[in-house]
Order: sequence, then C-alpha cells, then structure tokens
Amino acid sequence: MKHVLSNRLIWPALVLVALLLANLAFNHSFFNIRLQNGNLFGPLVDILRNAAPVVLVALGMTLVIATRGIDLSVGAVAAISGSWASMHIISSGDPSSVRVVLTAVGVALLMALVAGAWNGFLVSVLGIQPIVATLVLMTAGRGLAQIITSEKILYPDNSPAYKLIGGGYLLAVPFSILLAGIIFGLTAILTRRTALGTLIEAVGVNPEASRLAGIRSRSIIWIVYLFAGLLAGLAGLMLTSNSTSADPNSIGLFIELDAILAVVIGGTSLAGGRFSLAGTLIGAFIIEAMNTFVIQAISARATDVFKACVVIAVMILQSPQARAMVTGAFRGRKRAVVVPAGSVVSPGSAAISAPAPATPDTADGHTAATSDSILTKSSGTTS
Amino acid sequence: MLSNTQSYADSPDGTGDRPVATPIVEMSGISISFPGVKALQNVAFRLFPGEVHSLMGENGAGKSTLIKALTGVYTIDSGSIRVAGNDVLFSGPGEAQNAGIATVYQEVNLVTNLTVAENIMLGREPRRFGMIDWRAMRKHSRKVLADLNLDIDPGSLLESHSIAVQQLVAIARAVDINAQVLVLDEPTSSLDAREVGELFTIIRKIRDSGVAILFVSHFLDQVYEISDRLTVLRNGELVSEHLVHDLPRIDLISKMIGKDLAALDELEEGTKREATERVSGGAFLHAEGVGKTGSIKPYDLEIHPGEVVGLAGLLGSGRTELARLLYGADKNDSGAITIKGEPVKLRSPRIALDNKIAFASEDRKAEGLIGDLTVRANIVLAMQSERGWLRQIPRKQQDELAEKYIKALDIRPTNPEALVRNLSGGNQQKVLLARWLITEPKLLILDEPTRGIDIGAKAQIQKLVASLSDEGMAVVYISAELEEVLRLSHRIGIMRDRVKIAEIVNQGVTVNDIMETIAAEAGQPA
Ligand SMILES: Nc1ncnc2c1ncn2[C@@H]1O[C@H](COP(=O)(O)OP(=O)(O)OP(=O)(O)O)[C@@H](O)[C@H]1O
Ligand SMILES: [Mg+2]
Repeated sequence: MKHVLSNRLIWPALVLVALLLANLAFNHSFFNIRLQNGNLFGPLVDILRNAAPVVLVALGMTLVIATRGIDLSVGAVAAISGSWASMHIISSGDPSSVRVVLTAVGVALLMALVAGAWNGFLVSVLGIQPIVATLVLMTAGRGLAQIITSEKILYPDNSPAYKLIGGGYLLAVPFSILLAGIIFGLTAILTRRTALGTLIEAVGVNPEASRLAGIRSRSIIWIVYLFAGLLAGLAGLMLTSNSTSADPNSIGLFIELDAILAVVIGGTSLAGGRFSLAGTLIGAFIIEAMNTFVIQAISARATDVFKACVVIAVMILQSPQARAMVTGAFRGRKRAVVVPAGSVVSPGSAAISAPAPATPDTADGHTAATSDSILTKSSGTTS
Repeated sequence: MLSNTQSYADSPDGTGDRPVATPIVEMSGISISFPGVKALQNVAFRLFPGEVHSLMGENGAGKSTLIKALTGVYTIDSGSIRVAGNDVLFSGPGEAQNAGIATVYQEVNLVTNLTVAENIMLGREPRRFGMIDWRAMRKHSRKVLADLNLDIDPGSLLESHSIAVQQLVAIARAVDINAQVLVLDEPTSSLDAREVGELFTIIRKIRDSGVAILFVSHFLDQVYEISDRLTVLRNGELVSEHLVHDLPRIDLISKMIGKDLAALDELEEGTKREATERVSGGAFLHAEGVGKTGSIKPYDLEIHPGEVVGLAGLLGSGRTELARLLYGADKNDSGAITIKGEPVKLRSPRIALDNKIAFASEDRKAEGLIGDLTVRANIVLAMQSERGWLRQIPRKQQDELAEKYIKALDIRPTNPEALVRNLSGGNQQKVLLARWLITEPKLLILDEPTRGIDIGAKAQIQKLVASLSDEGMAVVYISAELEEVLRLSHRIGIMRDRVKIAEIVNQGVTVNDIMETIAAEAGQPA
C-alpha cells in the first residue's frame, strides 16, 4: 500500500479511471468495442484516436519541460507543417499519389525540424528565456502558415494516402493510434536506453552542477527543442489529415496548452528535472476522456470550465503544500492518540508522516521560511 | 545493539559557574523514520540556557535530523519536545523561529539572488510608513556584520559570494534574531581559523547572556574549545551525554564510531607523507600567467604527475578562483595553459574533462550534486557525460561502480537508488568525490573535499588522495584546514588577496610558517 501510494503515477491513473467510469455512467456502451468492416470502433477507440496528436505534442513538451523550458510554439509549428503538406498535396496535380504525399510529409517534417532548431538556437545559444523565445514562433508561426497557404482554407480530403495518417486504419487499429504508440516507444527508448533522459533531468535539476560535470547542456537543450518541433509537425499532419478543413488559423489551436496540461497532470514538474513519459500519456488520455465526458454529460460549452476543475484537482493532489496539510491533519490526530515512545509505527502512517521525500524545498529547512517568496525564489535557483 | 542505559551527565547545577536552570529544550523518545531508514530511534536530548552543547556523531548519525525534528522541518513519529517548559510541536521552521529558536541549517538555504542585507533581514524587514526602509535595513545589516568582524558589502548579491561567506551571512542572520536558542549545524565547515575565532567570540558572548547554543561540528578541536557539554549519537540512537571536561577525546571518538581507536590510528599513519619533490619527468599541466580580471591575478603553476599541490590562504584569497580556471569552469582572459607540453584552451569544463582533469566543487549543493537524481546516477554522471549521451554506461556497470564506491567511501545508506538529496551532508560529499574518482583523472582538483566529513572518513579520504598520488595522479588540494594541506601536499601555493604570493616545498613547514608568510606579505605592498 505504502509503495503503491508513493508511486507518482497513481493519482493521475486514479483520476483517469474515475473519468472513464463517469463516462460509463452516462453511456452504458462506453466500454463497448465493436469490429466493423474489420476495423475497431467504439468510444474508447475514439478517445485514443483523438488523444493521439496531443500525445505526440506532449511527449516533446515533456522533454522540453524537464530541462526547465517550455515550448509555446508547438501549435503554430503544427499549423505550418499541416497546412504546408495539405497545400502541397492539393496543388500537385495528383493528390492520391503516394509519392506526392511522401514528399509533402517529408518536407513538412523538415520544416518542423527547422522550427525546433530555431527555438533551440534562441534558448541554448542566445540564452533567451524559453517562454519568450518560443513566443516568437508561436505568434509568427501562424502568420507564416497563412502566407504559405495564401490564407486559403484547404481541403486535402481526396488523398487516401494522406488521410491514412490521421483517419485511416492499419491492422484493424486506427493508424494514428499506432503512430502515437510507436513514437511513444521510440521516445522511451531514446531517453531511457541512452543517457539522454538522465542528462536532461540533470540539466533540468541543476544546470550549473551539470555544466561542471561536463554535460554539454547546450546540445541537450537543442535536442529537446528539435524533438518537440518534429513531433509538433507530425501532430500537424495528423490533425489536417483527419479533418475536412485545414485552416491555418485553427490547426492545433491551443494544443500547446493541452500538451502542457498533460505533462503536468502526468507528474512532471514545470520546475524541470525528473520526467515521466507514462505520466504524460495518462495526462493526455485524461484530457480526452474529460472532453468526451463533458460533451455528453454537460455541454460542449462547459468543457473549459470542467477542464479547469480537473486540473485544479490533480494539481492539489500533487502539491507538496497540500500533502503537508494532509499530513498535518494526520499528525493532529496522532497527537491526540498517545503513542508510546519507541513503538513501531505502522508503515502506512510512516509514509504519511514523512513528508520529506516529496518536498525538496520544504525538507531542506529554510532559515526563515517566513514568506512564500522564499520558497518560490530559492526553488528557482538552487533546487 | 546499544545498551539502553542513557547515561546523563550531571546537570549544570554541578558545574558551578553556569547559571542553575531547567532545560530550555527537552526532547525525549524522539523517533523519525524515512522509507528504508530509521533516522532517529528513541533519542533524548536536552539543552540548558547559557551552555554550548555539541551534538556529535558520524556522518548520517542523525544530528541534522534531530535538529530538524526540533525546528519542525520534519514531523516526529513519536516522542515529545518541550521548549521552555511547554509541550510543542512546530509545524515548520517559521514557527520554531517565532518561539525563539534561530537555526542555521547545514545546507545554507538563503535566497542567493537577493542581497546580503535582504537575506539578513528577510521576514524581519524594518518598515517605515508601511514600506520597507531600505536604508535602515542596510545600516542594520552593516552593524550585524561588523559585530562579527566581517567585511562584506550588505548591498552585494549573495550569489556573488563563496559558500563560506554565505555561511557567515546565515550565521549573522541567526545571531541577529536574538533568540533564546541558537542552533548551528556545522557552521564552521568551510571557515578559516580566523572566522572560526570571530564566531566563537560571538558564541561566548551570547552564551554568557543566557542563550542556549546547539553546535555541530566534525572538528574536535572546535568542539573541545567551545562546548560545555556534548551528546553523542550513533546510527540514529543516543549513546550518551557528557560534560566536555569529563570526556577525553579518545573516549569521544570511540563512542562516536563504536569501535576503538586502532582503526583510526592506522588511517592517520597512512597519510603521513614524505615531502620529496616529485618533479621528475615533464609536468602534467603548466599554467603561465593565467588569470581572470576581477577574479584572480595572473599566476604560474606547474603540476607534475604524482604530485599533490596544496593551496593555502584565507577566506577570499582566490584559491577556488585559481582552481576554476584550471578546470575551465571560468575562462581565463590572460596567460596560457599547456597539458603535457601541448597548448590547450580550457574553454569549458567539458574540454577539461576530455583532458582528464576533474574538479570537485566546494559547493556541493549548488555546483556539485543533482539532488533529485539517485546516488548511482550522480556517481556515474561525469563518466557518462565524458562518453556522450548516446553511449549509456550499461546498467550493470553503473551498479558495479556505484556499489564499489559506496563501499570504498562508506557511503550510507548503502542503497544506490536513494535520492542524493536525502543523504546526510557528509555522505553527499562522498558521492561527489566518487563521481570524480571514477573518471580516473590525471589531474584531480579538490576544493574542500572533506567539508562536513567526519573524522574517520576524513582520514580515509586523505589516505585515498595520498595513494592516488602515489599511483601517479596529480592533485590540487584546497582546504581551509591548513593541517590537512600540510599533511598531504608536496608543494604548497600560498594565496592572498587573489594573488599567488609564494610557493614552497613542503619540507619542515608548519602551520605557523604559512600564517606568517601570509601575514608578512600582507604588510608589504604586493
Ligand atoms: N529526507 C530524508 N529522506 C530519507 N532519508 C533521510 C532524510 N533525511 C535524512 N535521512 C537519513 O537519515 C540519516 C541521518 O541523517 P542526518 O542528516 O541527520 O545525519 P547527520 O548526523 O547530520 O550527518 P552529517 O554529519 O553527514 O551531516 C541518514 O541515513 C540520512 O540518509
Ligand atoms: Mg548533518
């Protein structure tokens, strides 16, 4: 029990299960999956499919956030890549040609990489704050996408090869789900089978100590922005291929916020450091399951408000202060009970009464700790 | 197992000159456990007004944890705490401070991007018409610092100062709070003899005014000089409490380590060095006129394989600055460095690492360890970055390396998957050393490597450095403890005011000789 509760993924996972059950309460066939024309269909499949682009963007975002950065430009990058690919396919004579589609995809992804390289350059070489650096492309990117498409609204829907990316099936499973799954696996291998994950975490926790340990933090940071750009580009392709319109103004609009949310819900701290890809995956599913629930149970208009509520709930569950308050409540109770000195305390209560592991800042003990500003400021520089 | 007889020394009533009183702090039956670690088990502790009470024990014995239990940083699993006769259970350090307990924690935790004055007055800012009165703040801070005989500009940013100065600022802050209880967890770990002297003068002054002082240090000389009483912990358990003049050092040490002294003596023996100059063959590194404006004046230095070059000097004399240039942590703007006769530009730590140079910073928290990563990850970090991120050190090899060094340096707890930030201060220091040792450097730069390390482990580390140099490693050794520098070095560079003023071969040199050199040079215009 102690072990399970100390696992950081447990809370997001419980929230996801709760959301799925809530969905089931409104739609009794929610868990049904049926085979139609040899392909899988059902609400759960829809959730997975809708989550796929967010998963992609959020995976890139996870690594960026782990280095203490943030990438606000992912939505714009998705728009650039998606609209350029659509544009290229439509304006080529033969939209159904696989070669045309492959070229479109290849060039679009290259553009996304260039965008990522630009962000990485601003952050790692020029040392600009990530939020400012990526704001540049966030605003300029959509403008760029409009210039590319000459502000036309695009309909790339007579290209089966392109359609496959976001709307097609392979081996009975939606292709986008497979793609997101593969990318998830590759990201896990890239970060955990190489030393990249550890080095990213080191740079995120303590940049100066990392530098003195000989880590080339500049290239590490560059890599994560490149990666985030590439995945945003892929998400852009997925989004445009799955819709009937590709308006550069709406492709991937606010997807950066969903991605950041997924990352944070998944337990990766915005202060950088340790990250969890599985947590991000769960986070993305939570967002989709929530959207589905709100649309059927309340109304589409309430989505944002509801989303905010779930976010607050998850944040509170993860906040060290809130946990300390829970701990305090338990301690209050413990004080009332007479605990014989030296008696063995049950493992459960020991886990609760030792807040230290989850709270690096409070555990270190501040000389003053009289104001909150100490916590926030020092965590920015010394944690 | 320890015996359950917790022998209490006579209460101060018997000591005569101290005021008769009841304890201001009384802790009993304190137990705290963390996942997998019983940090404290049924520990009792008491502190009287007007005494300096030292808390003694090896690294990881539970000293800092007992302090944090008192000040409410940690929640106790069981036991009771009485302060001034009332049962208390502080929910955080702020509460403890309000109740009259001022604390300097082992890992100095001030706000580095604020000024010295702001740090001293944080949370207690003088106000005028509801607004912070900056002038009064600076004026008061200057006075506080002057009382400690410190020459620090209150308007300077804290981060621009060395760890030693930051430690002094934390002490100044705590002293200024005018509490009934002053807790100092290893306040002297990076201070020179002079600052220690100043600190002790202040401690005596406030002790005589009736303040109770809890003091932690691994320097036995300091403990015997300043304290009236001491409490010994071992492995999270109380061993005993004594009046200092009743307990010979030898007995204290054996109480702390739980064995007799033979083992320690053997270690000490091993580090006695022959001060033969090892200049046969070419130098490993040669620095000529290397300096950095505003940081350190150009200096020359030659280090040969197998040679230990010690750096001696007072606080702020430029020892760390010199070392950082040799590692590329800072870039020199004058002079040139050659390694084995080849000119190299040490533009970054990475380039130094590729040239087989290693540097263990004195500031393990800000510049050394990655607190949120495991002991294993921290130990292999430099080796990993040397290999590049694509070639991960196989997990099995990581485990073997971690295990080997956990054993060699006696890092506790022995679990390689423990998060470094949960280790005791001394054990963290050992992890940092392990990281650099496994890179098998040709030149190892150690800046205060024994900071916060207990006496047993200190002797062990000194012995290790000696044997590494015997095997051909070049070492630059910086320590505020001159005896340590003298014991290990073949040659000693003496620094003052960011200038290397002399270099001597360590033959028949004494601490006094070095102090005199520093003082004599100070008299003449450099
Ligand atoms: N937050 C924590 N989480 C887990 N274990 C901890 C935590 N804090 C301390 N410990 C463990 O408790 C034990 C006692 O640590 P403590 O810091 O009190 O030692 P110490 O006597 O101050 O040692 P040092 O001389 O090295 O400073 C150690 O084994 C340490 O690893
Ligand atoms: Mg300690």
